[in-house]
Amino acid sequence: MTTTITILFFGIAYGMILYLISVGLSVTMGLMGFVNLAHGVFAMLGGYATVTFMNRFGVPFLLALAIGCVLVAALGFVLERTLYRHLYGRSELDQVLFSFGLILVSVAIVRIAWGPLAQPIHLPDYLKGQVKILDITLPAYRLALVGFGTAVIAGLWFVFDRTLFGARIRAAVDNRAMAQSIGINTSRLFAAAFGLGTGLAALGGGLGADVLAIAPAYPLQYMVYFLIVVAVGGLGDIKGPFVAALVIGLSDTACRYFLPEAGSIFIFAFVFIVLIWRPNGIMERR
Amino acid sequence: MKTVSASPIVHATMPSGIIRLLKLLPWLVVAALPLALPGYEPLATQVFVMILFALSLDLLVGYAGIVTLGHAGLFGMGGYTAGILSVHGITDPIVTALYGMIVAAVTGLVFGAAMLRTKGLTLLMLTMASASLLYELANKATGLTGGEDGLQGVSFTPVLGLFPFDFRGKTAFFYSLATLFLVFTLVRALINSPFGWSLRGIRENDARMAAIGCPIMQRRIIAYVISSALAGLAGALQAQTTQFVALYSLSFELSGNILIMLILGGSGRLYGAFVGVPAFMFAQDLLAKQDPANWFLGQGIILIAMVMLAPGGILGIAERAVNAIKTRRGA
Amino acid sequence: MRFAKMIGARLLRQGAVVVAALTLALVALIPAEAQTIKIGMILTYSGPDAALGEQIDRAVNLFVKLHESELPPGVNVELIKRDDTGVNPDLAKRLAQELVLRDQVQILTGGQWTPNAMVIAALTKEAKVPFVTMTAGGSAVTLQSPYVVRTGWTLWQTSYPLGEWAAKQGWKNAYTVVSDFGPGHDGEAAFTKGFTEGGGTIVGSVRIPLKTTDYLPYFQKVKDVNPDVVYAFNPGGPQATAFMKAFDDVGITKSKIKLIGPLDITSDDELPNMGRSALGVVTLGQYSPAAMRQTNIDFVAAWKKEYGADSVPTYFAVAGWDGMRAIYDAIKAQKGKIDPDATMKFLRTWSNPNSPRGPIRIDQAGDLVQNLYLRRVEEKDGRLANIEFATIEQIGDPWKVFNKK
Repeated sequence: MTTTITILFFGIAYGMILYLISVGLSVTMGLMGFVNLAHGVFAMLGGYATVTFMNRFGVPFLLALAIGCVLVAALGFVLERTLYRHLYGRSELDQVLFSFGLILVSVAIVRIAWGPLAQPIHLPDYLKGQVKILDITLPAYRLALVGFGTAVIAGLWFVFDRTLFGARIRAAVDNRAMAQSIGINTSRLFAAAFGLGTGLAALGGGLGADVLAIAPAYPLQYMVYFLIVVAVGGLGDIKGPFVAALVIGLSDTACRYFLPEAGSIFIFAFVFIVLIWRPNGIMERR
Repeated sequence: MKTVSASPIVHATMPSGIIRLLKLLPWLVVAALPLALPGYEPLATQVFVMILFALSLDLLVGYAGIVTLGHAGLFGMGGYTAGILSVHGITDPIVTALYGMIVAAVTGLVFGAAMLRTKGLTLLMLTMASASLLYELANKATGLTGGEDGLQGVSFTPVLGLFPFDFRGKTAFFYSLATLFLVFTLVRALINSPFGWSLRGIRENDARMAAIGCPIMQRRIIAYVISSALAGLAGALQAQTTQFVALYSLSFELSGNILIMLILGGSGRLYGAFVGVPAFMFAQDLLAKQDPANWFLGQGIILIAMVMLAPGGILGIAERAVNAIKTRRGA
Repeated sequence: MRFAKMIGARLLRQGAVVVAALTLALVALIPAEAQTIKIGMILTYSGPDAALGEQIDRAVNLFVKLHESELPPGVNVELIKRDDTGVNPDLAKRLAQELVLRDQVQILTGGQWTPNAMVIAALTKEAKVPFVTMTAGGSAVTLQSPYVVRTGWTLWQTSYPLGEWAAKQGWKNAYTVVSDFGPGHDGEAAFTKGFTEGGGTIVGSVRIPLKTTDYLPYFQKVKDVNPDVVYAFNPGGPQATAFMKAFDDVGITKSKIKLIGPLDITSDDELPNMGRSALGVVTLGQYSPAAMRQTNIDFVAAWKKEYGADSVPTYFAVAGWDGMRAIYDAIKAQKGKIDPDATMKFLRTWSNPNSPRGPIRIDQAGDLVQNLYLRRVEEKDGRLANIEFATIEQIGDPWKVFNKK
């Protein structure tokens, strides 16, 4: 029983990281229809920012995380305004190539600035070691991760379901032309959504630095997972990717525990079958 | 008003026989490389294999309009097939190359039939997932594939029983060049056939093609299978000319690289592969030696610049330049 | 006046010609033409494991710098370095091919990873170029060709005696956790053999893919099974730290479960990053920079002088250092004229009583016979170090012993 709970816990933690990073991608892809493979770059930059502020400038963990998010969100906003917006109407191939090029450029810059090694993350003492809850010992860091992640996700859902901003995004995702005709400034909306999405990715990257190591190869190594979450969860949705991320996090972790010989085979086979069965994502909104 | 007439001189007088001979010329020049630059045969062989691989990708990306980030899956299937067969006693190069093609084609059929019903991000995702699946399978099947260590003990008997694969790489050079030539003529014929034209039509507007009765799914699957077979052939060639198969042949990195190589030259233009692959490998040799970071940076900037300013790759730029000159002359 | 100037100019010109001619004559008269021995070195200079390649590279550079005067007169050495970017056998093969065909190297070295070293070694069979592999740990490497020797170690060397020792400690069951590639398989097999021969039982084993970053689920299972001892192996460097942290996160380091392994898991350069979670870990290895042998003290002093007081040479560096020692000795023995077969004959009887790791020699199989030391991670002078507490003398590669045909 304890084993099941521990596995459940690890899997949820992993899934939450994936979700935080990928939800922004789902929204922006659904909104702008842009195949942005480079989304992982923002998560990576968030991780680097957090780690650098902590290690180099001695900033406490949470504050470093916050600063990282804000910086990356600003960067995302700027990039959307300057580069991405010119490519909205282009072919899928062009978008793929562009975002791939963006990945390569950022990988190179990061490598030149921080070197090729994974960044060590020195957690604050209150996050180190284990915590005992009802007879089960769990790593404190992962526990904090789940707690924090839940809070952020709840906040995100609130914004989406209850605020005007969220409503506008949902409208534009459903029918962009219609949304524009009722006066929604989609251009500004895109920029704001992109900033939000990249900020969230940065949060995921910084929080998840222990699970997805912060190294120059980050956007390439984990791209598949982010895209899986979005493709399986569905574009433009924020609840679908949550389910997808949890399923992926749980099954990957369970697999590693019970069937280490299977490796990541299970995940890809699973994704394949799901996408064949439900090409638009498991929530099947459209 | 003076009408602009098609330039009269160029097409009329050259007999087609001479034109065909002229088209053979670059091939003959390349075949003479070992005389001019001895020691470069292994590199040249690698270039030929990659061109073959890029040609197979062009069928999909450039002509059928199917964007895939998982083509290395088929390449690796062909490579591992040839390699594993050789380790278990079947060592004739041509036989194992054929088996490699068949296995890759079947893989392409199975995955393609499932994937090609989708499009957009889903299709892209599926191509990546299928290749990743194959990669992980090969990684885990260490007894069969060698896993991370690569497939050891790969060796092949002489080509046609006459030309052994020597350490200097001369046999590999001519063998891969000849294979490339054969495949090239095949692909060219395919492109210019009604089938090839129907592919272009499907790429441009599949709704209309369906309206005129073209069986879209069937055509796309056929294109995918042919492309897979050719990719598998390239993979088998790689195994035979390097006497080794590594997990890299199934990797996402290779899928990405070959796409970049093709786009750099220009997709949908038949010769794009021939231009893009050497350009890429040359640039890689130049930049990656000093610092791999510089190589990534260069690649990324070129890609972004190409998408924003020069779609169509090097050949696209050349085309526009030629057209510009032509219009200046004609008007 | 102008006339004098003209004569002066002419004299100057003629003088210059005479000086030039004399210089040319002197140059032509220099007895042996300067002989350059080209050595091709394939290491990992980029990517996450570049730190390991850097250790070897630094040792090689330092050796060449300090031993220039040892070379026969007129002979100098040119190192041609190539980057294999990590575990990349096909790239390594092509690099080696180009080094031999294009650059015409007479000796190959480096060979940091077993998969890479395997293909380079196989190549030397046909190319007939001596290959001194420095740190590849797979036993099979020296079997690939008669032109290969190694100056590092093998996993059987560092894991089989460890298994025997673990059984002698009274531990009854063990769990093996290794990275999933050649040396990892070797380590797992070697430890298992040693441990089970001593009466122990292996209660579980797992092979972790090389590219994994999240070890927790694997290690959680280990903790749940609760063995007496865990045998772990990873390629060292940053991965060693990640391993150690994960063990700590799951609570193994604080529990009664003992953690042991070959020296890679407590890489000296990573010890500061591992922190207190590494205290008490016992490893078996051929080199620790904390050793008190005079030859080592001198070596470490020379290293710190060149690379800074905070820099620490690891077993990777020593492998590179000893590799160059062997190569230089081979060059000296042949007075600068490298013949492949003569070189191999020399190397297979080569010995060095003064290596920083203690006396070493290469045996007929091409493997390195050396002392192995049991060490424990302790705090010394405020820093963590691998402190040797027992010696196993002069072991070759056990696998070759068990698999004698």
